[in-house]
Amino acid sequence: MTDIINLSRRDFLKTGAIMGTSLLLGFYMPIDSEGKAKVTSKTFSPNAFIRIGSDDTITLIINKSEMGQGVYTSLPMLIAEELECELSKIKIQPAPVNPIYNHTEWGAIQGTGGSSSVRSCWDQLRKAGAAARLMLINAASQIWKVDPSECRAEKGFIIHEKSKKRLSFGSLVEKASTVEPPNNIVLKSPDTFKVIGKPTKHLDTKEKVNGKAIFGIDVKVPGMLTALVARPPVFGAKVKSYNAENAMKVNGVMHIIQIPSGVAVVAKDFWSAYNGRGALDIKWDVGENSKLSTDELKITYSRLANTEGLIAKKDGEAKEQFKKAHKKITAEYEVPYLSHSPMETLNCLIDYKEDRAYIWTGTQMQTLDRNAAASILNLDPQKVFLYTTYLGGGFGRRANPHSDFVSEAAHIAKELKKPVKVIWSRQDDIKGGYYRPMYYHKISAGLDEKGNLNSWLHTIVGQSIVKGTPFEQALTKNGIDKTSTEGAHDIPYEIPNIHVDLHSPNVNIPVLWWRSVGHSHTAFVVESFIDEAAHLAKKDPYEFRKNLLKNQPKYLSVLELAAEKAGWKNSLEKGKGRGIAVHKSFGSYVAQVAEVSLDRSGKLKVSKVICAIDCGRVINPSTVEAQMESGIVFGLSAALFGSITIKDGMVEQSNFHDYQILTMKDMPKVEVYIVKSNETPQGVGEPGVPPIAPAICNAIFSLTGKRIRKLPINLNELKIT
Amino acid sequence: MTSLFINGKRYKIDVSSDTPLLWILRDHLGLVGTKFGCGIAQCGACTVLVDGKAVRSCQTFINDIKDKKVTTIEGIPESHPVKKAWILEDVPQCGYCQPGQIMQAISLLSEKPNPTDEDIDNYMSSCLCRCGTYQRIKKAIHLSSQLMSSKRGKK
Ligand code: FES
Ligand code: FES
Repeated sequence: MTDIINLSRRDFLKTGAIMGTSLLLGFYMPIDSEGKAKVTSKTFSPNAFIRIGSDDTITLIINKSEMGQGVYTSLPMLIAEELECELSKIKIQPAPVNPIYNHTEWGAIQGTGGSSSVRSCWDQLRKAGAAARLMLINAASQIWKVDPSECRAEKGFIIHEKSKKRLSFGSLVEKASTVEPPNNIVLKSPDTFKVIGKPTKHLDTKEKVNGKAIFGIDVKVPGMLTALVARPPVFGAKVKSYNAENAMKVNGVMHIIQIPSGVAVVAKDFWSAYNGRGALDIKWDVGENSKLSTDELKITYSRLANTEGLIAKKDGEAKEQFKKAHKKITAEYEVPYLSHSPMETLNCLIDYKEDRAYIWTGTQMQTLDRNAAASILNLDPQKVFLYTTYLGGGFGRRANPHSDFVSEAAHIAKELKKPVKVIWSRQDDIKGGYYRPMYYHKISAGLDEKGNLNSWLHTIVGQSIVKGTPFEQALTKNGIDKTSTEGAHDIPYEIPNIHVDLHSPNVNIPVLWWRSVGHSHTAFVVESFIDEAAHLAKKDPYEFRKNLLKNQPKYLSVLELAAEKAGWKNSLEKGKGRGIAVHKSFGSYVAQVAEVSLDRSGKLKVSKVICAIDCGRVINPSTVEAQMESGIVFGLSAALFGSITIKDGMVEQSNFHDYQILTMKDMPKVEVYIVKSNETPQGVGEPGVPPIAPAICNAIFSLTGKRIRKLPINLNELKIT
Repeated sequence: MTSLFINGKRYKIDVSSDTPLLWILRDHLGLVGTKFGCGIAQCGACTVLVDGKAVRSCQTFINDIKDKKVTTIEGIPESHPVKKAWILEDVPQCGYCQPGQIMQAISLLSEKPNPTDEDIDNYMSSCLCRCGTYQRIKKAIHLSSQLMSSKRGKK
């Protein structure tokens, strides 16, 4: 469905000329194998997102990266709703880098993340569709010499009811190109939606099932070489020496290039580069970081957690009230570094040609990646053309404001001046950094005589993700990186005295947002600890939450829905435990009830997860369900297995055998229930992740009486004795 | 020169004997539907069929496939019941693992035309999906099995 295309300056000018009548943009058109623009017919380009050909083809230019979250379906649905065309006929082109495609909420950056695609495009794309429809209607009414108000659009045609005349969009292309864009756009009333809200199959499914979808790792251009990079075993280590001669002896190896991040072995193909790299025999100057260890870091963090950090939230007098509390509880929680490990390992192809460069990669961060490459290549960013491919998973790893995998490829391309694709092995990916930071939490709660939660003290320790990135200013306030405390500084529970503070130590381990970011750890701690407080108050954890959420109708509705569907009130079979958690992230409210059992050997089985979500208006319910399942699996992988540990400065894990992810065998039965809502659409890519870890840990507690305060869950501790 | 038989076609290629089939397919023959995920037989993304049975192409070498028939995702028609079921159940998310999942499922169904949930768990657990499409994969395998048996019934 997508065309990954090459584009030269000449084509740029040519298509610009062909599309001279276009209203906004005319610089991005497919070319055929001979390099000629495939513009065999006239094209109507009402705005940056829509191209209608005289052959009735409708191409949508999508500025969000498709990484499994379904934007190549949900965003076209927004346009199709207003344009009145058939979804199945739509073709999609990934947007080039251009300010017109900037994220509507991120300033001057084009990118995909924060579960924000549908929300941020909700008005923009519907308006784009409506504008195009109005222009087509005007064109038809001019041809028919009737009033535009007598015409309507349906399934790719403009229809004049009275005269029963109809013209296809394609046949109106020329005329429509002369029509002024409308000033006033009235969007459809939601009760007339035909596309939005209907379960819709993903438009890219067939391509993916046929193995035809092109991911970054699959792109090939003539004369392309493949590079693997030997990166430092300890973060920040410097190359001391290496045996280039030896590596060059390996069949197929063509160049050895030292770059800031290590030594690149460039070869005819992956396997040659892989063997060449093996023959490099690099010696490293490991430097200071060789003393790093996560065990020691934990000691430092736990010490810090017992001192006050920068205040992220202060309501009332939590410290004083806690001292006076009738009953109190304090606990420490910890979560490890985590790797994103998208199934497609990182890669980036760059074709650098002195005065310009072409990049093909699956990225979530187009503007920053392009600019990083431009600066390394000493090129005007306008001369760097970045093509976004399908992403074989992202989870935040491909949204790196430091542009690591693109910069590295640019350094190699700069020396080589030939098209070169850098591919990371799985080991490179797991050892190569940019992890969800390790966090340590200390948390206390006090109950009054009546058993009401009266004070809440929460100290969080962990590296800042946004520090030193272009996102720092927007996401940091008074020294608090919001991504470290989100989900903790804004807890919904009605507690009169709350104190939340943060330590953001500097550690030389590269960190990054990982699906659900701060919520990935704050929800675990808050939702586990609220359970602890409920048990201290001798109350049912569900009722305890409900009582504290009485003024939070949205939290309540998902909580109640999940509890009802899970039959919370009914007793469970013997040998099973049930736990509940509710959390809001990225604008959406999610509650989950997990059912667990333990077999005699102590093996934990998560048998069922009931999930309720309120994500505002739903665009594609099928995607919402898929994303909830996906988030639950992602969160379960982390809760049950995920851990990146460092010893002597080196990452101890290397591949899926020691950085395990959930398999089919451990997949619980997942049921998803969606709260009906007419409000603005909110996120679905991430909000399914946060509640699952606390839901299963609370379930384990209900089954065994053992409280899990450290992830991943240590099953040995759970053996029933 | 070695001669390989892939998707019904003969290919002559000249590579060292330690080159994994995965990279022969991807780099030498341009069959990029077969994916690289781990390189050490831990993820299943590279799964292809050799004489109808699923193997990890990252750990398969020329000597293992001499005189044998290799089938990749490109060699399975869209009308195949497993692909059909995958489309009907709308299984893929990012899609990267799916060629491997489909090849593994075809192999499973050739051994067990009517697999139980447990059969599916056992056979499919070596194919990882980071996007977590397992629930839909399971449904699609049951549906494939139905589609296949109704096809057999018609014959
Ligand atoms: S690449 Fe072969 S099993 Fe992972
Ligand atoms: S669909 Fe993305 S890894 Fe399976």
